[in-house]
Amino acid sequence: MSDPFLTEILPQLASGAAHTHALGFKYEGVEGDRVRLRTPWRPDLVGDPETEVFAGGLVTAMLDHVGGLAVWVALGGFRPIATLDLRVDYMRAARPCVDLLAEARCYRLTRTIGFVRAWAFEDDPKDPVAAAQSTYVINSDGGRGIGANLKSERAA
Amino acid sequence: MSDLLDTLPYARFLGLKTARDGDVLTVTMPFADHLIGNPLLPALHGGSTAAMLELTAIAQVALIWPRLRLPRPITVTTAYLRSGRPQDVHARARISRAGRRVAHVLAEAWQDDPAQPIASVTAHFSLDCS
Repeated sequence: MSDPFLTEILPQLASGAAHTHALGFKYEGVEGDRVRLRTPWRPDLVGDPETEVFAGGLVTAMLDHVGGLAVWVALGGFRPIATLDLRVDYMRAARPCVDLLAEARCYRLTRTIGFVRAWAFEDDPKDPVAAAQSTYVINSDGGRGIGANLKSERAA
Repeated sequence: MSDLLDTLPYARFLGLKTARDGDVLTVTMPFADHLIGNPLLPALHGGSTAAMLELTAIAQVALIWPRLRLPRPITVTTAYLRSGRPQDVHARARISRAGRRVAHVLAEAWQDDPAQPIASVTAHFSLDCS
């Protein structure tokens, strides 16, 4: 139960980078193959000031990030990954001035790709604000590999 | 309306700047440390790029079709094409179709070369007050 990856490394990966730290992400733990993040409500992360609801972009950032955590949970350790594609459906407005939670599970892992579903909610995962379907490249070279930055010969 | 993003807290958090040329907005996200998601490469967090593209799309739709309420995302799909290097990002959005209730938008983000986008977004926005 005290896997140091889950107790020490994953919380670092959840909020240790500059962007996730600035957004205030909090690691909420792992249950089976599901991993959970929380963002405490803050007025500077609001989309439309008339509603005081978290910006869509914050929801997207959370779902992107919690999905990556789910891939690491499925891998059982850290490997470089990069989001390939992320679709977010916004089902309803988030409630104003309330923390947002996001949960994800990596339901399929191949040698190169992690397939993830994730959802964001205030208190009930069955009543989501938004849901995501996403894919992550495993052992990503950060887009610096062969052909990643090809220019057409004419443009050279 | 080109100042819309100056009034939205999350756009200010990302530091977005808007330039307007006729009916076309170009949004810039100047590099800042708090946008970094991968300190090892280093690379921008996908969430900062995706949020910037979504806000660019919102600003472009609101410029062309000003309504009482801002356009609300229904579904937003982001393709991450290249790693975002620690430098400024620019984005532009093109409205493919706008009906009475729904608009479809394509947006792209790039750094040095618009022909080498780092991410693209395809999105539907709700325009009514439901």
